[in-house]
Amino acid sequence: MKYVDEFRDGKLARGLAGAIAREADGARRYSFMEFCGGHTHAISRYGLIDLLPANVRMVHGPGCPVCVLPIGRVDMAIELALEHGVTLCTYGDTLRVPASKGLSLMKAKARGGDIRMVYSSADAVRIAQENPDKPVVFLAIGFETTTPPTAVAIKQAKALGLKNFSVLCCHVLTPAAISNILESPEVRQWGTVPLDGFIGPAHVSTVIGSRPYEFFAEEYRKPVVIAGFEPLDVMQAILMLVRQVNAGTAYVENEFSRAVSRDGNLKAQDLVAELFELRREFEWRGLNVVPYSALKIRKEYAEFDAECRFPLAYRSVADNKACECGAILRGVKRPQDCTLFGTVCTPENPIGSCMVSSEGACAAHYTYGRFRDAAA
Amino acid sequence: MAGVRPDYVRPLDLKHGRVDMTHGSGGRAMAQLIEELFARHFDNEFLRQGNDGATLPMPTGGRMVMSCDGHVVSPLFFAGGDIGCLCVHGTINDVAVMGAKPLWLAASFIMEEGFPLADLARIVESMARAAKEAGVPVVTGDTKVVEQGKADGVFITTTGVGVVPEGVTLSGDRARPGDVILLSGTLGDHGMAIMAQRENLGFSAPIVSDTAALHGLIAAMLETGADIRVLRDPTRGGLATTLNEIARQSRAGMMLEEEAIPVNPEVAAACEFLGLDPLYVANEGKLVAIVAEADAERVLAAMRAHPLGRKAARIGAVTADDHHFVQMTTGFGGRRIVDWLTGEQLPRIC
Ligand code: SF4
Repeated sequence: MKYVDEFRDGKLARGLAGAIAREADGARRYSFMEFCGGHTHAISRYGLIDLLPANVRMVHGPGCPVCVLPIGRVDMAIELALEHGVTLCTYGDTLRVPASKGLSLMKAKARGGDIRMVYSSADAVRIAQENPDKPVVFLAIGFETTTPPTAVAIKQAKALGLKNFSVLCCHVLTPAAISNILESPEVRQWGTVPLDGFIGPAHVSTVIGSRPYEFFAEEYRKPVVIAGFEPLDVMQAILMLVRQVNAGTAYVENEFSRAVSRDGNLKAQDLVAELFELRREFEWRGLNVVPYSALKIRKEYAEFDAECRFPLAYRSVADNKACECGAILRGVKRPQDCTLFGTVCTPENPIGSCMVSSEGACAAHYTYGRFRDAAA
Repeated sequence: MAGVRPDYVRPLDLKHGRVDMTHGSGGRAMAQLIEELFARHFDNEFLRQGNDGATLPMPTGGRMVMSCDGHVVSPLFFAGGDIGCLCVHGTINDVAVMGAKPLWLAASFIMEEGFPLADLARIVESMARAAKEAGVPVVTGDTKVVEQGKADGVFITTTGVGVVPEGVTLSGDRARPGDVILLSGTLGDHGMAIMAQRENLGFSAPIVSDTAALHGLIAAMLETGADIRVLRDPTRGGLATTLNEIARQSRAGMMLEEEAIPVNPEVAAACEFLGLDPLYVANEGKLVAIVAEADAERVLAAMRAHPLGRKAARIGAVTADDHHFVQMTTGFGGRRIVDWLTGEQLPRIC
């Protein structure tokens, strides 16, 4: 606990806030995107917006694994549970992602699907081991952080000779999403989304290292500061970004050096490369089809690939027309701009995926920040 | 932006919907189910009080409180207690927070075929001990057995009855702007004790449930003669849910101070590890009191003088707010909403 407290010191935070206010140039605006849902959550949970001057704005990015999971993929998981008699295991928030026909995994569970929430991929392997007669599928979601544990689970299942375990792989890649945003017309041509820099992912970067961001910094002239998920990390990163913008520089800085190196975790990278390969394309909720942005299980491990074992076809399903998740995930709109926000769409009845996980922009604003709209 | 929209919840789909786990979590989904189904059909002036127990006029004069509570906790035995003492404490507390002196309990057991008698004996002994210590006997009961797989070990439902002393009126709709919010101790001990056991977290210092009967502490608080408006025990859904319920009943807002809210370091660490917020984790031996500002220090002193209120703290105040928001100044000086619990934070904890 001690370790955590050190990064939550209110006095230090106010000191950093003072420095940001002093150094931010009153004559200009600063617009930074925090890529990760973890940062979005920290900003909302600790009310960090209140500590920033009015001309420093944070734009929420697409780095919430639950938010970018497309409807069609959840539909596949529901189909596995309801039609193929599969025991489906997945991480908590995924259960609430709205899918087709008014269903979600949670609702499919109430309809008799054997759907279980697990805290780790190892739990799913254990469930397969304990129920040798039942096919068990782990719905694997997430960015580079959750991929190595999925790889470990598959290897473990292989070592145990499990014949009833497979993975529905929905792992996605951070750098592909960042380029997609930087290449979007709103940022590149129209400039409707001013982006002066990025707060780079914490946990993801412990795996992939800081090197992949060097390209963005250089090619797009945007500073990147990799930061931890603690509120003080976020404040420190914002200060570093303000300084880079003021100095006109655009390089990768590492605020999270207590955990991130330039090369990342090579062992984890090797493991992932051994089991997974790039998908030619993958649909993201909000970003549409992004080329080479996700992973699939290699042929050598096809027996652990649910997409090979079960007759499943991916069908793309459009979001509710009024849902602005796509624009929100690209930083073009804010949750309050959506007409469904807080009326038809609430955390109990999420219409779009941004309302599901507390790391999603809509849910974070609803749960922690909507009093601000009352004051506006 | 035309201000914030009022709390809107899509009506329940009674034709095609199904009960899912969120309907039992203590959060907004459960509140909605109660409101749109149970309260609508059972509607009467006592149910409309919307408290954990109903205050009823006795035909012979005076007022009594009646409260009922089902227990489905898993695991049945946990650090600091078991389902037996838990169901006694829980019901005594629901009666006591209405200002009543708890007098009698009834208990109904639903047992699963195959459940070891040794475990049942342990549970019943623990219940008896808790009832004896509290001075509130179990005076009637019922037992049913269902086939294997139709229940999980044993489910216990307890009902409690008590009498309200003259001059005491406690209800969730009595909080007024300017009132002070007091909390009797650390948050989240019960929920995290269960969670740590379920997830095999194996912390070096085990987290122990706070399960306890609060009627003694409450009696000491009432003895001060202070103007106590609301008492409630923040069980399922945690402090956040309890305060939102009170805010809604009283049509007021609240402002909390994060730094003032006591949390055991082990509980904070376990919450951190599992990504949970102690504000939403269940307690079984804590209460919140909403007290007139002028009397706050007196009540706080009485709480601290009692063994179950040693770590009591003043954690915030009631505010005037048409949106009935519960807000909090974070340890950082920023502000956030402390909303209703969404979805299901913890499975089967009480
Ligand atoms: S409020 Fe709901 S519908 Fe609107 S953008 Fe957010 S998730 Fe989509």
